[in-house]
Amino acid sequence: MQFNPANFLSNLKYMGLGMLGIFIVIGIIVGVVVGLNKVTKE
Amino acid sequence: MEALFSNFANFDVRMIVMWAIGGVLIYLAIKKDMEPTLLLPLGFGAILMNLPVPTVMEDGALKLLSGVGSEEGVLSVLFNAGIGNELFPLLLFIGIGAMIDFGPVLSNPKLMIFGGAAQFGIFFTLCMASMFFDINDAASIAIIGAADGPTSIAVAISLGSKYLGAIMVAAYSYMALVPVIQPPVIKLLTTKKERMIRMPYKAANVSKRTRILFPIITTVVTGLFAPDAVALVGFLMFGNLIRECGVLNSLSETAQKVLANLVTIFLGITIASKMHYSEFLAPDTLLILGLGLIAFIVDTAGGVLFAKFLNLFLKNKINPMIGAAGISAFPMSGRIVHKLGLEADPQNFLLMHSIGVNVSGQIASVIAGGLILNFFL
Repeated sequence: MQFNPANFLSNLKYMGLGMLGIFIVIGIIVGVVVGLNKVTKE
Repeated sequence: MEALFSNFANFDVRMIVMWAIGGVLIYLAIKKDMEPTLLLPLGFGAILMNLPVPTVMEDGALKLLSGVGSEEGVLSVLFNAGIGNELFPLLLFIGIGAMIDFGPVLSNPKLMIFGGAAQFGIFFTLCMASMFFDINDAASIAIIGAADGPTSIAVAISLGSKYLGAIMVAAYSYMALVPVIQPPVIKLLTTKKERMIRMPYKAANVSKRTRILFPIITTVVTGLFAPDAVALVGFLMFGNLIRECGVLNSLSETAQKVLANLVTIFLGITIASKMHYSEFLAPDTLLILGLGLIAFIVDTAGGVLFAKFLNLFLKNKINPMIGAAGISAFPMSGRIVHKLGLEADPQNFLLMHSIGVNVSGQIASVIAGGLILNFFL
């Protein structure tokens, strides 16, 4: 085990990329479901 | 007489500590009903793994109950066949997919955004853990925050983490402790006035076609944008398609009960093969338990704070507590939010919203796991 506080800052980019990635994928799924709900309204 | 006691030469006092840990896990499973399906096999496995059996002492965890000579042991076979290649967690996902009713989130798809926000703890913990561990272990530890056992297993295995045992114990223990962990965090971040915000529920019919197309489209979208998540999401959605198609009811029932139960039995006992005292009793394990707790707390905070942020722009305010239900621990998290809503106002029924967010958290956590794999595999 090590202790390297600088790694926190250097890995912040993954936090940004990860959250962005989740919101993009979820956003697309939400958009598709909204569309599906409109098209397949019974 | 000498032969009877010869095995005691292999004894190590640390084995007793592991028996105690195993005993505590079994106690929590039986007496406190905390994730018994996993904690009980893990607890028994922890005891089994830490007996002074010569094969264990010679060859380490994977040789437990080994055959003669170079023959593999039974746990070794199970580990290589079911865990090493992610088969067990993926099979379990078929069962979980068959259990989930995505109806609440399909009738109000905007709720899915909160499932995304509540994954913040995973990425925050990744940064925290990277201060102490190499990046692959840090990512495996961070995924404890997914509050999703199979995803944690799949990610930790794919990234080759040597802390699988500790990660599993942390993931399943904290999932069981969601009713203890989440309420204080939610109360700390919200005022009573906010907790009293009512959200009228308008029941919307979801067509069968939407229910059938949803798992297929989600798999395709995930495959396009997060290819490393496609196995996890694909198996989850395959299980859901079996449930929703309407013509495979017996398969759906089998996936929900027989398949899920069978895999769970082998999963727990096999993962326990990673709980040998020589690997488990280390300061690293305590640190992993601490980081896992941070992941759960920050997930909860992330969901609540995101909902509060959205409220700055919304005319019809949402109850910020529903953001906390965006973790994958289903249905505990959704129920907790509903209960806290009732506590603040006995007429405040948030269940349909919170369950919708909770279900979306299951999808989001798998996507988060896939993104982690995309980054570090």
